[in-house]
Amino acid sequence: MTNETSRRGFLKGAGATVLGASVLPFLKVLPASAAGNDVVVAVTGQTINSLDLHRTGTNRPSYQVAVNVYDRLVSFGTKTLEDGSLSYDYSVIEPEVAESWEVSEDGMALIFKLRPDGKFQDGSPITAQDVKWSFDRAVSVGGFPTVQMKAGSLEKPEQFEVVDDLTFKINLLRKSKLTLPDLAVPVPMIINSKVALEHATADDPWAMEYLHKTPAGSGAFKVAVWKPGEQLVYERNDNWTSGPVPAVKRVVLREVPSPATRRALLERGDVNMSFNMPNKDAKELAGTEDITVATTPIENSIYCLCPNLAFEPFKDKKVRQAIAWSVPYEEVFKTAAYGRGAPMWGGPAASPADIAWPQKFPYATDLDKAKALLEEAGYASGFEVPLSIDLSQSDWMEPAALLIQENLAKVGITASVEKIPGANWRTASLVEKRLPLHLETFGGWLNYPCYYFFWAYQEGHLFNSSNYRNEEVEALTSETLHMPVDDPDYAPKIKRMIEIVWDEVPRIALWQPALNVGTRELDGYEYWFHRQLDVRGLKKV
Amino acid sequence: MAGRLATVGLRITHAIPVILGVVVVSFVLTRALPGDPAVYFAGAAADEESIAQIRTALGLDKPLPEQFLIYAKDVLTGDLGQSISTGQPVLQDLANRLPASLELTLTALLLSCSIAIPLGVLAATRPGSAVDHLCRVLVTAGVSLPTFFTGVVLIYVFYYLLGIAPAPLGRLDFIYLDPDHVTGFYLIDAALAGDLETWLGALKQLVLPATTLALFTLAPLARMTRAAMLGALSSDYIRTARAAGLTEDKVLFTYAFRNALLPVITTLGMVFSFTLGANVLVEKVFAWPGIGSYAVEALVVSDYAAVQGFVLAMALLFVALNLVIDLTYTLIDPRIGFETR
Repeated sequence: MTNETSRRGFLKGAGATVLGASVLPFLKVLPASAAGNDVVVAVTGQTINSLDLHRTGTNRPSYQVAVNVYDRLVSFGTKTLEDGSLSYDYSVIEPEVAESWEVSEDGMALIFKLRPDGKFQDGSPITAQDVKWSFDRAVSVGGFPTVQMKAGSLEKPEQFEVVDDLTFKINLLRKSKLTLPDLAVPVPMIINSKVALEHATADDPWAMEYLHKTPAGSGAFKVAVWKPGEQLVYERNDNWTSGPVPAVKRVVLREVPSPATRRALLERGDVNMSFNMPNKDAKELAGTEDITVATTPIENSIYCLCPNLAFEPFKDKKVRQAIAWSVPYEEVFKTAAYGRGAPMWGGPAASPADIAWPQKFPYATDLDKAKALLEEAGYASGFEVPLSIDLSQSDWMEPAALLIQENLAKVGITASVEKIPGANWRTASLVEKRLPLHLETFGGWLNYPCYYFFWAYQEGHLFNSSNYRNEEVEALTSETLHMPVDDPDYAPKIKRMIEIVWDEVPRIALWQPALNVGTRELDGYEYWFHRQLDVRGLKKV
Repeated sequence: MAGRLATVGLRITHAIPVILGVVVVSFVLTRALPGDPAVYFAGAAADEESIAQIRTALGLDKPLPEQFLIYAKDVLTGDLGQSISTGQPVLQDLANRLPASLELTLTALLLSCSIAIPLGVLAATRPGSAVDHLCRVLVTAGVSLPTFFTGVVLIYVFYYLLGIAPAPLGRLDFIYLDPDHVTGFYLIDAALAGDLETWLGALKQLVLPATTLALFTLAPLARMTRAAMLGALSSDYIRTARAAGLTEDKVLFTYAFRNALLPVITTLGMVFSFTLGANVLVEKVFAWPGIGSYAVEALVVSDYAAVQGFVLAMALLFVALNLVIDLTYTLIDPRIGFETR
């Protein structure tokens, strides 16, 4: 009896979010393998540092809380990939909190009808006022959420209009194909504004402090326990109204920093999932009995070697091409990526056949060509350049850099590998753009080539760490960014853009990275562009 | 007794300038770190405008002296600020993590003392014997095996191959609930709650990491015990004691061991402080939510408040530790008394 009281006392007293003892039927002692068919145990190496995506300082792993605990107006569909694993389907937009939607006659507004039976986790109805408050919050708080909303041309609160309790209208600033998919990313999550407003203060009108620790959503799962640095426990919302109630009752997400330990746990069968495994472990565990490894190439993402055009030798296109011809692609892919991902070299022609992105760049390893190009550019005797890498990503950057360094030496370029501490990396490479030759990893959430170009090839934009500027690319990117994909002009323009950046090669594609997830006695893992764990579809086998 | 209390009070007042210095130095040093937390925490797709917004939100746009004054005022009121990387108040993080580290370190030291000191004494009394050689092998192995390596090997053998150790999932397997927070030491808290199952669960989780650390800390302790015992045993007063016909036990424990204990205690203090900060690797391997990995992660992302809080907590801990060690000296050797000074 005393035991029981103390457990309850813990649940009340703990700083973590807790729903109450009644919903936590943890057995006192129970082997993990017998944890039952409705409990999933997953391990990850990362910390979830907030339950509110909109908060300043919320890190990427925390976005999964927005996915699992909150709903959006719409979501993406699901498709089965060639290898049998599941992926979200960018081409299908499905209802979530919204039941249906339509475009106004002039095309300048989106009108959403909410589900009449939509309920938050506390049982109160989901209304258009909640949607508006949540969207106002996302565009007002600044930082990442505001930037991401802006990508979908959602920029100011005046755009969002409550027509009636169940009708929500977005007035568009411009017609853009990005608006609807941008409503399905984690950022425009729908918050229970009644609960949030109760905890809002004059200093904190958006209830940042409250929602940071206490989610108020309508999603398929509630947060039962959250101890940053240790674990997060999801508890099913049995009354989920935005989709079919999930198969598993509880998901325990344990934080285990050491990849070796995570691997041992999965191999021993003490956990059902290891999320975001290192490439090495994925390669070695693939094919192991009982363990399924899903390796999904990350959409719209390329690991690149970037020569910076602000520095002298790289102003010359021929020098950049020479570098592109001297990279030992095959070795880099095998050594640094353990062959997990998709090759991005050796494309057949200098012009793309279609608008798929990313696709193989028309470069391969050819040191003679590289030498000839350097000679033409007047650098036959080579030059010296630092090759910068991020220490916090040294697992793949270091082997890649060493292999590249070796081959550059063969064409006369002396590259010295410069390691930059993780805290400094973004400032140096992306904000100040002051690294002459470096590795870069941008991937776009919205899966369009023009979106990639917007971030990575337009001058001044964050991921254009090469300081690249080409007038034609500038114009074409701006023209295509909001243009529908089925517009007859779209494909020719995109092909032209790809052709230019292949020729001028301010970013040298190394390979398309992959997300590795190992599962055991578990079905329903689905890859998402946000690369975080969506637990809603999981079921035990 | 009153004299001793006064001394303790005096020592604590002496610590005040040290603490003040630590506050200033940790503030300046964290600011001198490379890296820009505003950029880091602005997230993946932040532009300059949003980075500026974050900078303002974090208060990093203010001049340094002003930032320091704000920080100093907060520290005085007991507010160590908010860690950006964990999203929690630093004080709460420390309160959660320091006991985890202390529990691990203290258990490990208890374990290593219980082996190292008898071993050292035995080795010193029988130089050149099998025990002496065993001591030498253990000491050499202990120093030369890095903790993360020992940790991984222990996991591999006892968890992965043999399956007798529990899953290395931190302080408690997920099937247990944490005991009520009283001291933060799970063993003590579970015992206080009278919850034997949780106590055993916590103990099981503790065995491998504590052994790993114990193997590492064993070396300096055993060496120091052996050396100090050898020194003591060859000294004049032992010869005199033996000549006076005292029993071997009396000679060994009352005279030699007591005198040899002083350098051992000094080493113990050093090993303790060193281990507390340096067991990051053990914490990582065993997913132990301790203070070492907290500090390292905070450093990596330039999380100023967390780093400063860590340094301050460690400084306070060291002041307390030194005081305890000095007091222990006076207990062991009555000739030492810092009242006179």
